[in-house]
Amino acid sequence: MDLNLFTRRDETTWEIPAVGNMRVPAIIYADQALIEAMDEKVYEQVTNVATLPGIVNYSYAMPDAHWGYGFPIGGVAAFDPEDGGVVSAGGVGFDISCGVRTLHTGLRADQIALEKDALADELFRTVPAGVGSTGHIHLNHKQMNDMLKGGAQWAIKQGYGFDEDLERIEEHGCMAGADPSQVSERAKHRQRNEMGTLGSGNHYLEVQHVDEVYDEHLANIFNLHQGDVVVSIHCGSRGLGHQIGTEFLRLMATSASKHGIVLPDRELACAPINSAVGESYLGAMRAAINCALANRQIITHLTREAFSMIFPGSHLPLLYDVSHNTCKLESHVVDGEKRKLYVHRKGATRAFGPGHPEIPQALRDAGQPVLIGGSMGTCSYILAGTTESEQRAFSSACHGAGRAMSRRKATKQWRGSNIIDELAHRGIIIRSPSLRGVAEEAPLAYKDVSAVVDAADHAGLARKVARLIPMVCVKG
Amino acid sequence: MSAPRWEHFEHEADIGVRGYGDSVAEAFKQAALAFSSVITELDKIEPTTCLSVECEAPDYDVLLVDWLNELVYQMAIERMLFSTFNVVISGCYLEAEICGEKASQQKHQPAVEIKGATFTELKVFQNSNDEWVAQCIVDV
Repeated sequence: MDLNLFTRRDETTWEIPAVGNMRVPAIIYADQALIEAMDEKVYEQVTNVATLPGIVNYSYAMPDAHWGYGFPIGGVAAFDPEDGGVVSAGGVGFDISCGVRTLHTGLRADQIALEKDALADELFRTVPAGVGSTGHIHLNHKQMNDMLKGGAQWAIKQGYGFDEDLERIEEHGCMAGADPSQVSERAKHRQRNEMGTLGSGNHYLEVQHVDEVYDEHLANIFNLHQGDVVVSIHCGSRGLGHQIGTEFLRLMATSASKHGIVLPDRELACAPINSAVGESYLGAMRAAINCALANRQIITHLTREAFSMIFPGSHLPLLYDVSHNTCKLESHVVDGEKRKLYVHRKGATRAFGPGHPEIPQALRDAGQPVLIGGSMGTCSYILAGTTESEQRAFSSACHGAGRAMSRRKATKQWRGSNIIDELAHRGIIIRSPSLRGVAEEAPLAYKDVSAVVDAADHAGLARKVARLIPMVCVKG
Repeated sequence: MSAPRWEHFEHEADIGVRGYGDSVAEAFKQAALAFSSVITELDKIEPTTCLSVECEAPDYDVLLVDWLNELVYQMAIERMLFSTFNVVISGCYLEAEICGEKASQQKHQPAVEIKGATFTELKVFQNSNDEWVAQCIVDV
């Protein structure tokens, strides 16, 4: 991207002044190399978001920002309902409440090393992954509605996990305000056989070890030590969320003009928070958040089963579960005044700073864990939310690496079998139902996650705590 | 069999599908072929089972999104992949017979699941050769 488009506030803060129909300025957080490599579409989209009614302060993009749908992926924007603020289906995305959950295993890397293949096979056998895979749980109408109301709390009541898991999940595992009656029969139908499935694309389950600790104090609070083995699960609300996203995007795109909203791009589809469409979407979207939380809870249970087959007596407590495609009502201080805002994070992770009441007691002094997934075969990171992130971007940070290359280019450049062999040579075991899927997700098709995380750390969005290296990866 | 008149186009994170045709219906059919080939090779899908679908929209653009999203829905609930499409469009009402078979991880090696068709790069128009073009980005 042309650097002349920006006013550089500091090393990692690039501001776009409010011009034309922009109601507020925009800010992209990135280092110079990342911003130079960023698609021009990010500029277009982050400034388009700035034109939406009721937007507060700035339209933000995180260091991993790339071309999305209306909103950039890596976009953050807060809206005030008292000021005509909107809620946008495009600002949440199709995979509602997609997120990452990390589990401790109590095992060390050398304990896993000899059993890696057996563990990979067991996880691949136990956790349904890939296109067309179905779970073992089939929900009837009432069970579906109970799940959409109850989230991970529902799943635990069904026997998938333990009560103590809940305190390590955002919203205590259950998003308030979910309204299953706003979720279409089609969306529910799509979900009937998909509970406890990983999905495909960039979704995965990884066994990883901590290979570097950046902040001993924070790492101790998170109970992470060099050589510790953890499991990270990256997936979302499956077919239900996709269907809700699809239906509301269409509804909001075709009804925006009725609300007097001029959309610079139809994909920015939105509705006033205080409107029938807006309220209906919020009810459905929150139900999809519960679906994602229940899904990750069931996959956690399956993961624990697989581990106990290979490591009898193993115990896998949660470190944390955080979503990166959401719109949530939060309190934020703006110009010294506390306001209730609807914060959209599309491919961005909430990053509450130390002391925030939403953070589990045991972790509160450290700040909220920010779980950043890398691409297959590269590293992942755990960060902690900072106090200054509140003022920087409504307590938000990046969510992953972000693609650097299209799927088409990736499949032309690499073969899935070669990638699997090469990673095996480096000690990383891949299990996937699709070789083409593996090629499309080739490690080098993504941006360098380390550069993204360093920029987020430098910008004060979140603090680096530890780096994770994959040992086993189950790809959908 | 006539030459394929569809293609994929670039999007940073996802993929664009584009179909060409002498009519809107033909362009929609070709876009559907492009769509299925995001998931697997078309010649791996045997059209043994057929379903009927319909959709209606205020304009051709939204009709294309609805059509492709109908395929997403049918693939999801029927656990099928589709390779043959007979499309009839009158006004902004579409009826189609779609044929394919149950998805198999062994046989089809499906690469990705399509989450939905989007309004991004969405266009249905006649180009300078008087061909109809139907395109959009699909989220995978």
